[in-house]
Parts: sequence; C-alpha cells; structure tokens
Amino acid sequence: MTTPAHQIKRGVSLYSFQEEYFLRTLSLEDCIRVAGEIGATGIELIPEQMIPGFPTVTDEFVQQWFAWMERYGTRPVATDLFLDTKLHPDRWLTQEEQVASVCRDVDIAVRLGAGIVRAIINTPPEVMEEAAPYAEEKGVRLLLEVHAPFHYEHPWILEHLEVMYRTGSPALGLMPDMGTYVERFPRVVSERALRDGARPELVDLVVQTYDDHGDTHALMDIVNYRGGGPVDFGLARQATHYIWSEPKAMLEHMPLIGHIQAKFYEMTDEGVEYSIPYDRIVPVLLEGGFDGHLSSEYEGNRHIQDVHPVDSVEQVRRQHAMFARLLGETPGEDA
Amino acid sequence: MFDRYIVCEEGFRALDDGRTGGVVEVRMPYYRGLALSMVEAVDLVVDGRPVPPARTSFTVHGNTYRFDQLPRTTDDRWEMGERAQLAFETDEPLAPGEHEVAVAVRLRISYMPVPSGGRDSKRLTLAA
Repeated sequence: MTTPAHQIKRGVSLYSFQEEYFLRTLSLEDCIRVAGEIGATGIELIPEQMIPGFPTVTDEFVQQWFAWMERYGTRPVATDLFLDTKLHPDRWLTQEEQVASVCRDVDIAVRLGAGIVRAIINTPPEVMEEAAPYAEEKGVRLLLEVHAPFHYEHPWILEHLEVMYRTGSPALGLMPDMGTYVERFPRVVSERALRDGARPELVDLVVQTYDDHGDTHALMDIVNYRGGGPVDFGLARQATHYIWSEPKAMLEHMPLIGHIQAKFYEMTDEGVEYSIPYDRIVPVLLEGGFDGHLSSEYEGNRHIQDVHPVDSVEQVRRQHAMFARLLGETPGEDA
Repeated sequence: MFDRYIVCEEGFRALDDGRTGGVVEVRMPYYRGLALSMVEAVDLVVDGRPVPPARTSFTVHGNTYRFDQLPRTTDDRWEMGERAQLAFETDEPLAPGEHEVAVAVRLRISYMPVPSGGRDSKRLTLAA
C-alpha cells in the first residue's frame, strides 16, 4: 500500500504524561525528551498543567523551554487554554474578562513559540470572535476543540462555525479531538467499572448498547430501573459522553482544521487503538490535505492506575509507531 | 482521575507550634493547577470525626490560607500534583500510631455543570 505525499507531522501533547508528571516521576524536561525520542517533532503544552506560577511565565522558563526544544529536536506547536468563567464563586466572568483571559493565553503561546492555541470547548463563540483580531495580530491561530460529545452538526459547533465562516478570520479554526471517533466502548473503562464493583450484566448492557451504536440517551435510567448503583451510573454516563461519528465529516471543514488532538485510551499489544479506528481516520486526513500535527493525547491512565503502574511513554510510543505506519513513513525514519 | 493520590502517604505529622492537631499533605484530583478561588472545599475527617473547616488551614508553596479566604484568592494556585499542607486542630493530641484520614476535595471547573473533585481515604501512621 502506498501513502500519498503529505505534510502531516507527528506531535505529542504533554497531557499524555499526566500520570507521571503528577507523581513527579517525569519532569517537564523528561516529557519533552521522551516525546523527541519517540520521534515526535511537535510539542503541545497545557501551560496551566506544567508551568508552576502560571499565568506568570518567567524569562528563565522561556529560555529553558527553547533550550529543551533544541536539545531534544522538537519544536513548540500548540498550547491549550482554559477559560475559567467560574473563577469567582459569586459571579460569572464578564465577556470583557473572558476575552482578556483568551488574549493573555495568546500572549503565553507567543512567548513559548507556539503558533496554535487550543480554545477549550466552553469558549463562547462571541468570545472567539472578539479575540480573533488580537490572535491574528500576534500570528496565532485560535482553534476551537471539537470534543466529545460534540460534532459538526451540533448547535454549539454550528454557532462557532457561523462566526468562523462569517468573519472569515484567518485566526479562527477547529481542533478536532479524536475522542469524537470512539467506535467501540473502551475496555479499560468497562474493566475498571467491574473492578470497582459494577454489576456485570449492567456493564454488558452499557457496552453492548454503545458498541451497537444504539440509543444511549436513557441508559442511566435503565441502569437505575435494573437496580444499578453509583459505579453503574458512572459507566452509563460515560456511554453518553463518548460518541462515534463519521470521520469523513472533517473533510468539509478541512481548511479550518489546524491541529488534531489524537486522543486515545489504549494502544494494544497489536499496535492498534482498541476503540478509535485510526486506520480509517488518518486516510481522511491524508485525503483532505491536512498539513498540521497529529498530537498524541493519552487518557487511559485514569482507568488502569488502580491495577498496574501506568506507562504513558510506552502507550505514546505505540501510537506513534501506528502513525508512522499509517503515514507511510519508512521504518527507521523516526529513529 | 487522581482520587487515589489525594492523601499523601508521607508527611503526616503532629503540629509543632504548641497547638494540638496535625498536618496531612494533600494533592488535587485534577490534571491542571487551579486558582484557589475555585477550590470550594477540602473536607477532612480524622478517625471518623469531621474537622470543621474553621479549624484547618491550607498551605501551598509556603503561602498559608484560612478556608474562608480561598473564595477571593484568585492570584495564587494549587498546582498540578502539588502537595499542599492541610493543618488541623484537634481537642486532644493525636496519639502516635495509625489514623484513618479521609479527604474530599470539591472543585469548581468552569466547563463542567456540576462541581468536580474527588475523595480518598488512607490509614496513615503518625511518628511517635
């Protein structure tokens, strides 16, 4: 099989190493080093996760950051912003404050050399619109994450698309999260529920309904009618929060897509993602001429940490081996 | 997501400032740091007895707060994975040996419709 010529690059969101970073078994430098060793060229960072003292980013940090990039053969690609609309207990942030928060995070991206900022899904369209000229002036693309359970026909996304198409701002766009392509229920999640005491027949019901792409709306109710408890409810809720949709839906919006968050829960010993069919997603990106980064976002740690030590590095390594194969890179090219 | 890591196994100790009580180190069950104004509660139960928030204090990287100060503290943060010191007063001195320490953290996460957080409980040994 030959892969068409393409410009897709491999990246890692350091979110992937959250377990090790939390437990201080990997430092920020370690995270960048292992990403480089895995063959990633692009680094995505959540400043609020790995820069103590945020939103202050010192000159010393910036200097160190670029030194690490050079040492490990990587470059900054994206930062992820959050919008704390509930910063204060007694009032919502005003629109002006929300825009200021976004602009502050654009400034941080610029300082860190990243040309892309992930706008979290709760960022209102009017805030995106108002922040767009600032981002454009700074040379940064502000990309709205399209995160499960959202999809391209969802009213919330349609409101954002309306702003993007109406303004035609070059600074605005989309960052699809591959968690919107969960074709079958992640077994790391159902197995954890069983370990936590979920009833096997209710777990089967949830997993079967999801895997059949059946109606999950009333799953929590049915689990309740069948005598389920909190763990069963949690699993049923998960089934309503994952979604499967057709990856080809990205083609229509490809000019807006600047970055991919390659969410995953489990890379198996066979080198595939258990629930997300990357072998059908990557061809869509190739067909659409996507030229940004496929940025690993490992999120399986929280489901397995109760039974064995988490090895996020190995999980990301496996995902990149899969990407290299699907992107037609010759063996050894990523060494 | 990090519930099981909330209560740190190390660092449990008696207060050393003349008051009776102790210090337990705690981590936030979340994947990024948060301004303290979004930390709604860090509830502590020692040996089955709830400790009123008014009898606790909260220290991050050397800065100590009372819990009624947190809602207005938007310029300091509990960093991801940071071990905060939760100091608490008790009526009687803590006996050496094992104690059951339960902590429930409630966080206000803007993109979530209901409060987030988590809880953890561990048996910790107080050095004699």
